[in-house]
Amino acid sequence: MNGLLVLPIAIPLVVATLALLFRRSSVMQRWIGVAGMLVLLVSVAILFRDVYVDGIQVLQLGNWQAPFGITLVADLLSMLMLAISAIMGLIIAVYSIYDIDKERERYGYYPLLHILLMGVNGSFLTGDIFNMYVWFEVMLIASFILLALGNSKNQLQGALKYVIINLFSSLLFLFGVAMLYGMTGTLNMADLAMRLPEVENTGLVTTVAMIFMVSFGVKAAIFPLFFWLPASYHTPPVAISAVFGGLLTKVGVYALIRVFTLLFTQDIGYTHTILLWVAGFTMVTGVLGAASHFEFRKILSFHIVSQIGYMIMGLAFNTALGLMGAIFYVLHNILAKSNLFLISGIAQRLTGTFELKQMGGLYKHYPILATLFLISAFALAGFPPLSGFWAKLSLVKAGLSIEAYVITAVAILVGLLTLFSMTKIWMTAFWAAVPEIGVPDHFGKMPLFGAGNLYIMVVPVMVVAGLIILVGFYAQPLLEVCLDAAEQLLNPSVYIEAVLGPQ
Amino acid sequence: MLTVLLIIFGVAFIAPWLHSILKEKTGWVLALLPLGSFVYLLSHLPQIAAGETITQSTTWVSMEFFEINLAFYLDGLSLMFGFIITGIGTFIVLYGSGYLSGHTDLPRFYIAVLMFMGSMLGVVLADNLISIFVFWELTSFTSYLLIGFNHEQEASRKAALQALLVTGIGGLSLLAGLVMMGFATGHWEVSALLNEGEVVREHAHYLPILILVLGGAFTKSAQFPFHFWLPSAMAAPTPVSAYLHSATMVKAGVYLLARMHPVLGATETWMILVGGFGALTLLISAWLSLSFTDMKQILAYSTVMALGTMMMLIGLGTELSMQALVVFILTHAMYKGALFMVAGAVDHEAGTRDVLKLGGLRSLMPISAAAAAVAALSMGGIPPLFGFVAKELVYEAALGAVSWPVLFISFAVVANMAIVAASAIVAIRPFYGKLVETPKKAHEAPLSMWIGPSILAALSVVFGVLPFLADKSLLIPAAAGVWGAPIDFYLSLWHGINLPLILSVLTLAGGLLIFWIWDGLRESAPMRVYQSAFATLPATVYDKLVDGMLGLAEWQTRVLQNGFIHNYLLTIITVALIGIGYTFLSKAGIHWNLQFADVHFYEWALTIAILVSLGIMMAFGHSRLTMIVGTGIIGFGLALIYLIHGAADLAMTQVLVETLTVILVVLVLTHVPKLKEVRSVASRSRDGVVALAAGLLMMMLIFAATAAPFDAFISEFYAEASYPLAHGRNIVNVILVDFRALDTMGEVVVVAIAGLAVFALIKMTRSGSSKEGKRYE
Repeated sequence: MNGLLVLPIAIPLVVATLALLFRRSSVMQRWIGVAGMLVLLVSVAILFRDVYVDGIQVLQLGNWQAPFGITLVADLLSMLMLAISAIMGLIIAVYSIYDIDKERERYGYYPLLHILLMGVNGSFLTGDIFNMYVWFEVMLIASFILLALGNSKNQLQGALKYVIINLFSSLLFLFGVAMLYGMTGTLNMADLAMRLPEVENTGLVTTVAMIFMVSFGVKAAIFPLFFWLPASYHTPPVAISAVFGGLLTKVGVYALIRVFTLLFTQDIGYTHTILLWVAGFTMVTGVLGAASHFEFRKILSFHIVSQIGYMIMGLAFNTALGLMGAIFYVLHNILAKSNLFLISGIAQRLTGTFELKQMGGLYKHYPILATLFLISAFALAGFPPLSGFWAKLSLVKAGLSIEAYVITAVAILVGLLTLFSMTKIWMTAFWAAVPEIGVPDHFGKMPLFGAGNLYIMVVPVMVVAGLIILVGFYAQPLLEVCLDAAEQLLNPSVYIEAVLGPQ
Repeated sequence: MLTVLLIIFGVAFIAPWLHSILKEKTGWVLALLPLGSFVYLLSHLPQIAAGETITQSTTWVSMEFFEINLAFYLDGLSLMFGFIITGIGTFIVLYGSGYLSGHTDLPRFYIAVLMFMGSMLGVVLADNLISIFVFWELTSFTSYLLIGFNHEQEASRKAALQALLVTGIGGLSLLAGLVMMGFATGHWEVSALLNEGEVVREHAHYLPILILVLGGAFTKSAQFPFHFWLPSAMAAPTPVSAYLHSATMVKAGVYLLARMHPVLGATETWMILVGGFGALTLLISAWLSLSFTDMKQILAYSTVMALGTMMMLIGLGTELSMQALVVFILTHAMYKGALFMVAGAVDHEAGTRDVLKLGGLRSLMPISAAAAAVAALSMGGIPPLFGFVAKELVYEAALGAVSWPVLFISFAVVANMAIVAASAIVAIRPFYGKLVETPKKAHEAPLSMWIGPSILAALSVVFGVLPFLADKSLLIPAAAGVWGAPIDFYLSLWHGINLPLILSVLTLAGGLLIFWIWDGLRESAPMRVYQSAFATLPATVYDKLVDGMLGLAEWQTRVLQNGFIHNYLLTIITVALIGIGYTFLSKAGIHWNLQFADVHFYEWALTIAILVSLGIMMAFGHSRLTMIVGTGIIGFGLALIYLIHGAADLAMTQVLVETLTVILVVLVLTHVPKLKEVRSVASRSRDGVVALAAGLLMMMLIFAATAAPFDAFISEFYAEASYPLAHGRNIVNVILVDFRALDTMGEVVVVAIAGLAVFALIKMTRSGSSKEGKRYE
């Protein structure tokens, strides 16, 4: 029993409440927003240490022995996800100080951001499948309002598609939970892992696996269920796009990884083969979507889809190396993708637009921003020695080691197309000459540091770029933790014993 | 060696700062960096000459699945490449400082070119398969930045992208090949692999490994049909072309195959693929060089020809061809580097590099003219220059080929005739004859720009006259590195009158004849056709592939992401239906364990009422009100069913929620515009079928899930523990606030946030027209 497990859920709730109390003061909102993220990060760091040193940590809420109450479980995968979301939370909170307008601040931007993180953290920590549904609801309502906040036509259109499709996914999720409960009489995931193999109608278990695959697939934005993502992610302020682009879909990926390593391993030949096909199509359709767009954030949004494919591919391999690659890919992608969104925001501040064709001259006038973009973009494309390289290398190795040549080839080619669409942004927004008309007066004059306070947006981006480089050059610690996490996943008995006690 | 690389990268990043202090002198100071590296390498020459090899290794990542060391391996081959990279690098840094003098982006040039130098040095020194790939990709990246140096010109950007994509796909292919090679042998160090040649060649994956590695090498070294990116890359400033696209980076592929020869080589497939593509490239590009008048294009195609020659020599795989290879690589680096720099000097001082618009510059640019003349003589293979020695060896190697010697030698001779002509064109046309008016008033280039070509040209003479300076110390160890075993030979200008010499004379005569008729030949119809077939067509194919990909991308995105939520939902539900339904039917099968005996007539009535209201909604629901009423009926029906089965509290909740929802929705609806039916009958029927199927599937799934007896151990625990342990009499309450309190807390948050949302959405609409709020519209 480790009481700290409740903190990643409790802290955002307390912070959100506090922020609501000071609704009218922008300054207080910002301070509370940033400080709250900092406290969250510290608590996650302490918890990480516990899990890393002492193994899986468990908290039986209300002291009701599992499977009767709700259990919180922190294994390495959960902790890695919690850590990366806490880091991004802090980054985004700082960036928001400049990016988010007073209007949005007054109508609850910071409380919503923290509640969103509460939902995200809850999903990573819960050991109860119904409780996960509840956290998904929390995330959905918070993200829906963050999307819609501002009430522009664009935003409402996007938000509507987002919420309707995601509600369908939730419905399916709930139905799947009901099916599981009906078949086993339990909701605790460790207990489910014990009881599902005993269910006589194994075909029905596989069917339920498909229900979860579709439901979480919608959340993770896999092919052909991703429509809501490119329809909505480019509409809100950049800070919100960055949270969504970085974190939200990854919760879906996390859920897929969790249930397809812990619960649904009865018919791997069937379910994981489907996952592999899905991964391939997700990679390809996403990257082609990116290739066909010329709006900074739409390109990034489609790339999210494409890169989800890589993570699903690692999961589908169902080997230590594959899972390690998938987990590493998730972490790296959150860094690189969020950072690109954040950079798009700075570029928009400078050029006044997100339309690539109306941008230009950023390389000439803002070499530091250009460098930050290059780092993030080439990391995303998997160039060595940046973080993405290790993700790509792990997955390529994983694929070749089990002789899955076709999907590996697809992954490699999609990597090239990723590079293609990243260079599209680079060549138009950065390399091309400043367009002759429509450029704001401050372009070229507004410094990144100094007057105008743009540095509030730039410094977080520099921190993330630093992390990308750090992970690239000093990859071993993170690779090792990811491998340990993957091995925990492949060995569910450890998880089960941590929750239910020795069997 | 790691230290040297780190210093190079480190200095690269402080170069802009140095530039802000040292201004014009930066080039001279920065040139000390490659010069210092050159001297460092030189200090190892005695050991290498004595036949030793040097390995150094620093662990980068060491764990299960990953053994990646920053390991370096210095033997004759890598040392020779190291000399070329740092030696020419020294001149290029100087040359660049003169060529780009006053250019605002000069500091960025220094960063990129030094980073490139570090990466390229990394490629040739690295011992670990993965670190070779890391440096390999870094050269592609820095090359991208350098080709796009004149980034405001679209042609530069296009060329940069083209080079990046072509070498990028090759790099990825190489990665796959290297990883497979690592798996096949269990070794990730080149020095260890060198002894595992047998294992690799007899491995079941030999052919895929070979093809993947060749994919990397051929794209990087611009072999036919991937050669087109190199001439396009001439959009880069000349120092870049001279350095990357002639002397060093394009030889990375050659280096890699030379390095891998002891591992992958000496098979028939190797000879056919490497030798064949090399010979083809050599012949095609040599003649292509004659179809251009731009000095850089001529030199670019002659470089492709040289790369083809090197590939052919590697492919031949004889001891003799390895000797020829190392000599040719060294001599090519000298004369081609010099010629490129001269071409750039002419462009810089006269304002054009089109040989038709140039002439008689000898009197104005005497040093450049002399350097060009010597370098061209070497390129044309005229004694007593080093190029002659190399060409003799190439001819000897081609004649000594194990298979098809006649084919190889005739390709080589015919190609070299064109190269003789090309050398004459770039060395004679701009400098001799009548002085032609040029866009700029020409004068000699500054010291920084002529020192490099002069020294390189002088070296061509020195090594030609005194070949023993290089053979024992450097070239023999280098050839041994490629051959994979000790090798011995000596170089000399005069081998007596033999077949290669006769062929050389023939080549020279043919070349001069071609030079004589060049103006006519260039404009002739066959030459135009030849040019469009081999120079334009591959580039067009590339463009078409990119366009095709974009077309596919647009079509696919239009189809998938069509903007209609109705279509999105339909797709998602259909996918869910098929995925879940197919699995259910094929894996689980339908269970009809229905017992109607104890179903009361009022239950039937209720069910029917619910279904009918559903039907009404579906079929006649033209107004929102009808639909709401329909859902209301369903809700109340459900409440009744709960009641019948004894769940009174559940039924109560249901009735309350249902009443509230219907009332609220109806209230809102009065403010919403009237519903217009836009869907066609077909579309409505399709929706109906999908909905019906979805409902049926859900029903069957529930039947299946409830077919086995329900294990109620948790409910039983709740019933037992509720009062004694949780001190609550109402089990539902205890579940909500104790057993599963966290769920409740989550849902409370959801409701609270929903409240906040309503508040924000309503209030913000009223005041939400502030300037900032509009920013994202």
